[in-house]
Amino acid sequence: MESRFRVLFLVVAIVSLPGCAATKNLFGYGQEEAPPPAAEPPGQVIDPVVVRREIKEPAIDREDFEIGGFVGLMSVEDFGSGVVYGARLAYHITEGFFVEATVGQTDAGLTSFEVLSGGARLITDSERRYTYYNLNLGYNILPGEVFIGESRAYNTNLYLVAGLGSTRFAGDDRFTVNVGVGYRFLLTDAIALHLDFRDHLFDIDLLGEEKTVHNLEGTLGVTVFF
Amino acid sequence: MSAASITTIPSTLRQINSVWLGGLVAVVLQIFLATPVLAAGEYRSVVVADPYLELRTGPGRGYPIFHVVDRGEKVDVLKQRTEWYRVRTDKGMEGWVERAQMELTLQPDGSRVSFKKLKLEDFTTAKWEAGLLAGDFGGANVISVYGAYSLTPNVSVEIWGSQILGNFSNGWMGSVNIVHEAFPEWRVSPFFTLGAGVIHTKPKSTIVQAADRSDQVGHVGAGVRVYATRRFLLRAEYKSYVVFTSRDENEEVEEWKVGFAFFF
Repeated sequence: MESRFRVLFLVVAIVSLPGCAATKNLFGYGQEEAPPPAAEPPGQVIDPVVVRREIKEPAIDREDFEIGGFVGLMSVEDFGSGVVYGARLAYHITEGFFVEATVGQTDAGLTSFEVLSGGARLITDSERRYTYYNLNLGYNILPGEVFIGESRAYNTNLYLVAGLGSTRFAGDDRFTVNVGVGYRFLLTDAIALHLDFRDHLFDIDLLGEEKTVHNLEGTLGVTVFF
Repeated sequence: MSAASITTIPSTLRQINSVWLGGLVAVVLQIFLATPVLAAGEYRSVVVADPYLELRTGPGRGYPIFHVVDRGEKVDVLKQRTEWYRVRTDKGMEGWVERAQMELTLQPDGSRVSFKKLKLEDFTTAKWEAGLLAGDFGGANVISVYGAYSLTPNVSVEIWGSQILGNFSNGWMGSVNIVHEAFPEWRVSPFFTLGAGVIHTKPKSTIVQAADRSDQVGHVGAGVRVYATRRFLLRAEYKSYVVFTSRDENEEVEEWKVGFAFFF
């Protein structure tokens, strides 16, 4: 039964083989290939001459990072206020959103209790050093331009920031939330001035009961885009 | 020598001084800014192929259009900030052009210019990623940053640094993870993670009789990465830690975190 099918397939294969394109020249028969046309067909009027220039394109310089420093005043709740200074690094993800890391430091003063009581100190002097870092997300909510005189225009941005971080104060690291608003004034495309207001919030139980404190900070800064 | 020629010498010197000073300031500025100032010929040039190219005064959608470059004119691309390009026309006019319009320009040889837009595929294939997450670590607050490198679209390695801020103790944790994503091409991509690291715990100053300690940790976890837009993604994850303490029994800690990240 099977061998009969095999013979049948073999016969079909032998008959069809000379018709296959791959074998027609193998066996010496089949149609001759048509010779290529001797000349271009008439009617070709335009002879296109395309000269391609090889150009290596220089890469475009990206400027999405912003780095700089700031200085200002910071009020540490119950502990007076002092000069604060710090650094800022930002990465602009889109024209609206940016992420920002800030570090800063100030020295807190004496509480009213410490001043009135004379000698009693709640914390040591080294514990009065207030150091913080924050990781924030920012949004340029009001981009715009300001004009100084008739011929000068500067780009500006009013932005909102919010984020998390840690504050080292009074002997401990404290989980800190900060929110704020800032104003970026671009002197040139690469150099910006900043005016920033931030509120740093954390819980502290230093004065008996635990409470949330607001530490307000106002700074002026300079950053460079790179 | 006439008196007039004598009087001209100091002014020339002053000019030379001011040139020197200007040069010095320029050099200092260049070092400070650390941005290479390219010669005019070193910028990428493109030819406007759309009917026109709109130049805005700032790198944002709201800024007014102050100049229009016609089709066929050449512009140099000076730099890029987010999705905006600063270009300079042949006449020296400079302005910002959005990416979508730059796509419609041609290279000097006539071929199309590709000003890449980030899409879902980039979310799948991007090599580097960095992010910030925050949440709860066994009742304490935790803030984490991480950097990730993709070995394949499915497998990546991550380095994490976390600060743990609790009511009774604070601490730091560093760990190395391997992350496996089964469906990296999905917009909401679930992942599984495995890792090990070190945790350093420091009791709060108000707690008496407690010492700092460092322990090794191991963890397993799962989570999702969600592509938001452009290079932005959101991430949420759960991890179960085992802290190998020097005491008789190990500690188990559960962690939940949410945050955002971006790839590049």
